[in-house]
Amino acid sequence: MPNMSLKKNPMPEQDPNVRNKNFLEVTTGYTVAMAVDEAQRCLNCKNSPCVNGCPVSVKIPEFISLIAQEKFEDAYNKITETNSLPAVCGRVCPQEKQCESKCVRGIKGEPVGIGRLERFAADYHMEHGEDKTEKPQPNGKKVAVVGSGPSGLTAAGDLAKMGYEVTIYEAFHTAGGVLMYGIPEFRLPKNIVQKEISKLKDLGVNIETNVIIGKSILLDELFEEFGYDAVYIGSGAGLPSFMGIEGEALNGVYSANEFLTRINLMKGYKFPEYDTPVFIGKNVAVFGGGNVAMDAARSAKRLGAENVYIVYRRGKEELPARIEEVMHAEEEGIIFKLLQNPTRFIGDEKGWLKGVEVIKMELGEPDASGRRRPVAIEGSEEILDIDTAVISIGQSPNPLIKNTTKGLDTNKKGCIIADENGATSKPFVYAGGDVVTGAATVILAMGAGKTAAKAIDEELSKK
Amino acid sequence: MAYKIVNKKILNPQIFLMEVEAPLVARRAEPGQFIILRIDEYGERVPFTIADFDRDKGTVTIIVQIVGKTTRDLAQLTEKDSLSDFAGPLGVPTSLEGKKKVAVIGGGLGTAIAYPQAKKLHNLGADVTVITGFRNKDLIILEDDLKKVSNKLIITTDDGSNGLQGFVTDRLKEEIEKGEKFDEVIAIGPLVMMRAVCNLTKEYNIPTTVSMNPVMIDGTGMCGGCRVIVDGETKFACVDGPDFDGHKIDWNSALNRQQMFKKYEQQSCEDGHCRIGLH
Repeated sequence: MPNMSLKKNPMPEQDPNVRNKNFLEVTTGYTVAMAVDEAQRCLNCKNSPCVNGCPVSVKIPEFISLIAQEKFEDAYNKITETNSLPAVCGRVCPQEKQCESKCVRGIKGEPVGIGRLERFAADYHMEHGEDKTEKPQPNGKKVAVVGSGPSGLTAAGDLAKMGYEVTIYEAFHTAGGVLMYGIPEFRLPKNIVQKEISKLKDLGVNIETNVIIGKSILLDELFEEFGYDAVYIGSGAGLPSFMGIEGEALNGVYSANEFLTRINLMKGYKFPEYDTPVFIGKNVAVFGGGNVAMDAARSAKRLGAENVYIVYRRGKEELPARIEEVMHAEEEGIIFKLLQNPTRFIGDEKGWLKGVEVIKMELGEPDASGRRRPVAIEGSEEILDIDTAVISIGQSPNPLIKNTTKGLDTNKKGCIIADENGATSKPFVYAGGDVVTGAATVILAMGAGKTAAKAIDEELSKK
Repeated sequence: MAYKIVNKKILNPQIFLMEVEAPLVARRAEPGQFIILRIDEYGERVPFTIADFDRDKGTVTIIVQIVGKTTRDLAQLTEKDSLSDFAGPLGVPTSLEGKKKVAVIGGGLGTAIAYPQAKKLHNLGADVTVITGFRNKDLIILEDDLKKVSNKLIITTDDGSNGLQGFVTDRLKEEIEKGEKFDEVIAIGPLVMMRAVCNLTKEYNIPTTVSMNPVMIDGTGMCGGCRVIVDGETKFACVDGPDFDGHKIDWNSALNRQQMFKKYEQQSCEDGHCRIGLH
């Protein structure tokens, strides 16, 4: 008899006023009892609509039913049949827009906590399970993967399992891409990311850090000099957008990338134990409304800022961030300044930021994205006193590969053009994730990596 | 993977040379480009201009001035040691082809960065005048190397202790006034020196290239920390530069941005000898 409670088992978490002063993980995860109880809410629908909502088609009812039977290792293995990074996805996927949005239990009440259960199975495995990785039989073919973010890791893992000799090239000193430099420790502990990566290494995936494709090695050289049979580009969307308003070069104005990379990858929150500093003022404004903006705001709060604002030009309904991140940010004391847009930064005589002029907005007709277009209300400008600004209005793909590779078509936003299998305009070159779509989610990038791995295998098998 | 230090040489009490094994950096390195290194797990990522490279040996040479925590820690390392990370080559190589007569100006450590440029210009057959400035004669570096790659080498000191007193701008002005016709001036050194050179060459309408070295993290266009305002537009020194038209740089903004992490640099150096925000 299923558990007919209308509500999900709540996720245990640190108290907001404690956690907004530390970098430990906000949510502490289900206990065994909670997981089993939650798993019993699943109706095991025959047509499993939830699976259609998952970009990597995790066998959701099957793994949940294994949790209900307390076969936790089996549940983990069921998930990893299609998802190589369950501990990551269980934490950062926007489940409310994917699997959980399709859950029948969501029609009347809350959907099953699929993400929370996925995380439970992955964490249980990390604590109690054993990794029995068998290196697959090599098939004699080599594939290079550019970028070690979620897309590259997924493609590399799948290709390695098929017997390819896979090398990932990473520009930074640590593999993981946005999972390492972008998403903060309190949302995605870095040791979890590194454990997932070490599993790939056990599969035989080789990771070369400090190599910038397009600089250290050109894309074409990967074929000609290094002898790869195919290349998968998963280099992400790493180029920060600025707003082009007055005062953006003032001291105290960061891109979200710089701010978060200093904190996460370089461990600036542990300065001076680690050498990289990060400047946090008393009053911090983060511009933008996505997950990255929430991460930046919540990091600033943890580093001791008194007032942290999210300034977003649309309304609360339109915030692109995961609902949970918005809720957590509110609980932690982040102040939302909605329907406002910055018009200029104001500096002191030494070039330090001291304020920002914002203008009120109202929502007009829907734009191309279907969201109502924000329109400025003339004469509504006011000054907000801030000493740190973090610009988090999006990223686009880094042009280093595009600029050094002939015959690789890109669109006017600089995104590589690829078909539904990830094939680009260049033979044996595939691409996927943010470098194709522009900044999106971890799971979509993983889905693209998975699809491309399959397509690469099909093409190389014909060769 | 670690990057072995294969040669270390003290050039003056503040400046030393380090040759590092990094074949994937050496294979495509060109003058004007830079690398980013990290000493160990706790270190900062710090950019250094490539002073020399040897593709056959697979090594890259950097020349380092002790100014902050990282450079002081680097100075402690020797041939027995390795660096945790060494990535590059980054940035756009300096465009040196087709120049007939060039003045290459180096200030202090900038001399080390000016050297590969002078060398390449010389190899391309250009007439190269090198003007370098130091605070005093004990700090002079690379004199013999520069002699080999220049038609004329002028070394000037702030205190006149080498017999020639004055700034690089004084010497450059003399050369121009003497009737030397430079197609281009390449100036590399502290921001104030590059600004002074640009102010001078603007009067004479001589195109001037400067090499910017702001604080950055990744060096690939990702953090945007290295932004420089050029001709009113925001540029990233790491991917659009590090070379820019010196007559178009917003020097005030560049000077301000250099101060951003000053107080942290002081906190990072226990003995208080370190200079500021310059790694």
